[in-house]
Amino acid sequence: MQILLDNADFASRMLQQVANGLTKGSVYALVAVGYTMVYGVLALINFAHSDVYMLGAYFAYYPARWLGYMPDTAEKPKAPFWLMGMAFLGAMAACAFIGALIERLAYRPLRNASRLAALITAIGVSIFLQNVGQMAFGADPKSFPRYVDQSSVNLGVISVGNTSILIIVVAFLMMAALHLFVQKTRTGAAMRACAHDMKTARLMGINVDATISITFALGSAMAAVGGILVAMDQPRLTPTMGLLMGLKAFVAAVLGGIGSIPGAALGGILLGVAESLVGGLWDTTYAEAVSFVVLIVVLLVKPSGLLGRAGREKV
Amino acid sequence: MTALLATENLTIRFGGLTAVDGFNLAIQPGDLFGLIGPNGAGKTTVFNMITGVYLPSEGTVHFDGRLVNGLQPAQVAALGVSRTFQNIRLFDELSVLENAMTGAHQHAKINLFDSLLRTARHYREEQRQRDRAYELLRFMGLEDRAGLPAKQLPYGHRRKLEIARALATEPKLICLDEPAAGMNTGEKAELSALIRKIRDELKVTVLLIEHDMKLVMGICEKIQVLDYGKTIALGTPQEIQNNPKVIEAYLGGE
Amino acid sequence: MLKTLGILAAGIAVAFGFGLLVDNAVPPFWALIVNLCGVSIILAVSLNVINGLTGQFSLGHAGFMAIGAYVSAYFTTTLRYFDPEVAKYVSQQPLFDGVWGFAPALLVGGLAAALAGLLVGIPTLRLKGDYLAIATLGFGEIVAILLTNFKQVGGSKGLTGIPSYADTSWIYAFVAICIAFSLFFQRSTFGRALIAIRENELAAEVMGIRTARMKVMAFVYGAFFAGLAGGLYAHLFQTINPGNFNFMKSVEVVVMLVLGGLGSLTGAIVGAIILTVLPEALRDLEREIALPGFRMALYALILILMMIFRPQGIFGQRELSLKLLRRILPGGRK
Repeated sequence: MQILLDNADFASRMLQQVANGLTKGSVYALVAVGYTMVYGVLALINFAHSDVYMLGAYFAYYPARWLGYMPDTAEKPKAPFWLMGMAFLGAMAACAFIGALIERLAYRPLRNASRLAALITAIGVSIFLQNVGQMAFGADPKSFPRYVDQSSVNLGVISVGNTSILIIVVAFLMMAALHLFVQKTRTGAAMRACAHDMKTARLMGINVDATISITFALGSAMAAVGGILVAMDQPRLTPTMGLLMGLKAFVAAVLGGIGSIPGAALGGILLGVAESLVGGLWDTTYAEAVSFVVLIVVLLVKPSGLLGRAGREKV
Repeated sequence: MTALLATENLTIRFGGLTAVDGFNLAIQPGDLFGLIGPNGAGKTTVFNMITGVYLPSEGTVHFDGRLVNGLQPAQVAALGVSRTFQNIRLFDELSVLENAMTGAHQHAKINLFDSLLRTARHYREEQRQRDRAYELLRFMGLEDRAGLPAKQLPYGHRRKLEIARALATEPKLICLDEPAAGMNTGEKAELSALIRKIRDELKVTVLLIEHDMKLVMGICEKIQVLDYGKTIALGTPQEIQNNPKVIEAYLGGE
Repeated sequence: MLKTLGILAAGIAVAFGFGLLVDNAVPPFWALIVNLCGVSIILAVSLNVINGLTGQFSLGHAGFMAIGAYVSAYFTTTLRYFDPEVAKYVSQQPLFDGVWGFAPALLVGGLAAALAGLLVGIPTLRLKGDYLAIATLGFGEIVAILLTNFKQVGGSKGLTGIPSYADTSWIYAFVAICIAFSLFFQRSTFGRALIAIRENELAAEVMGIRTARMKVMAFVYGAFFAGLAGGLYAHLFQTINPGNFNFMKSVEVVVMLVLGGLGSLTGAIVGAIILTVLPEALRDLEREIALPGFRMALYALILILMMIFRPQGIFGQRELSLKLLRRILPGGRK
């Protein structure tokens, strides 16, 4: 109650939570893009996407460890800038490959099967990756290397971490680039054509299989970036770190309107801010429930999402 | 005499397309009524509005004096309207008999606990449904296939099973959507006789969409012609065959 | 009716006989697995009514299980005495004790889960396929988060000291009841209506089947037995926490169904047994090769391969019967 009475303090606390929410939300948005693109084309919830996100973080962890920047020790020397660049690019490439590989091996054989079979397979791939991750990386948390020194930037009444700013900027640059790619290039046009009507796209001479592979690759590269960004902010890696992130990012995609990249961005931001406000002003454990409540409300009130289109069944 | 089924100014738009436009229809009890028209004329859409699958954008549907628009398909079925589908929609994994029995489900007056506890009411209900289903399978000439899964039925029999299932709902009006599609001449002749029997023996009013002109002209007493969502002719088979507008709709006007 | 009571009585008698056998002749570790199998069978058979017969896709079965577990355990622990504070010092006759305490506690747990099924089932009616899956998943997660926040039921530590009422006899008595009822459900006008909805929802509706009501009925029925299974689980392990009922638990039950063949009751039973025993067997292997994660990875791989090469599961939608066995086994007549 005291908080509410103290208006100035309350306002700055709100603002601080909005800033935190923007940070969280940018990552949700970045990961949501992958869900929304795949769903747009295949009408499949790619559960494994969240684990590609996890792999992205690990792929950026190992190079620093192999080169002796001992991320799991107390001293934790700072890794050079070029290594960070390489880590980003390498993780993106590796995740793009893995994303496309998952599609090729697990989803393509099921393209004409029931959607239920595809969904169950996606859940299976997700569990598989989590546990292979546990076998390969160990279940104990790893500490992410020091690519940047965390500091906070004072912006008047609130202070924001430099990693937060980095996250927001990088996430939005990536999404803008992706949006331009989908809207302006030939490959992007092929992706949109497949999302609209795969059969017709095939008849028009579009290589549907290749287009789907590219869709998975692009989405997975985005997830890798998301994984690295989050690890820079909270340097703790576990094989199951993708689980909750994946669910929330999917909710963001649904909220924004599944199939729409700007929708995923909007949904991610709104969800991140809503979560931070609930967490900051009420209770952090309830913040975890926000996304699921949002999900159920959206599905019931406007299943097509904020920026999505509604479909109808043909009789 | 009041019409059993009456539509007034029935209109539906999908986006910018007006699929059915100001459609009026009046079917008297005991009619064997044909609704014909070229492909894409909106016939099936009319069925969908009558049976509650689509909500009309404008206009009304009255059945037995009651307003039907806005009712759910199951509620329309309860009033006594049943139908078949152009693209057959059977319950493939159920047996032929069970498919017909599902038609009788809506008249079941038992609750789940009767079935879970296997009360006498449950057994009575099963018997009622089975008797009813067998009766209609016999009527449609399918009784020797009763135990087969529906998915194993040959095409012509699938169409017949759909009719049996629809009749099991004990309708006052049955809407048949291209029941002869894909049948050979012999099967069509048999079907014609069956449709007439549905009206004459089972006393069910029939509304028929069919592309086979010979079949329609042979059994329907009244025919209405639909083209581009609008009625262009209404009359006896004789009148329809000689109507220049109908001839143009079918032959010319490409 | 009399026949039903006879069948149920026979089933329960067999369960108690089986219980005696397991108690006396089976080593405790394997007895626990046998008991777990029973809980799994109830979960799989009840989810089969929702996912298998009706063709809905619920990923929230663990949520219903959690509600049943917590509600029944709350009755047999916290509410056990008139006044738990007094009971600490003075010996008091417990309110919910032994059979006469456990049975009502289980029933209340099942009913609470059924009520939750009603509350989830009605608003999610409009959702189909993967949207329904993700909404029910959300429901399950919300239940887990709420339980974590309720200090009255121990928060994230959960409830401990639950009396161990659920022995083999009890569990298998409920297995018998659940199987009998589910079979009776399946082979009734209601079961056929559910299958009709799965096979062709539009046609079902046009034939006068009130699809909304039937779907909710399936949800409530499934939730009730999931709640019972939760209650049995709680009184088997004597300690529960929200982590026992997470998303993975729901997935596990779905995998049981898929393995056995969605829509097949016997398939659900066989799937439940395989997927309860197999992970335990693999646990030893995992320990031997010292590779944690191996067990679940293999489990996931089986699931994926199953979907690609035999998506209809072991039995498809058929039921396991002597006839089918004769056909499958080598040398059998076609």
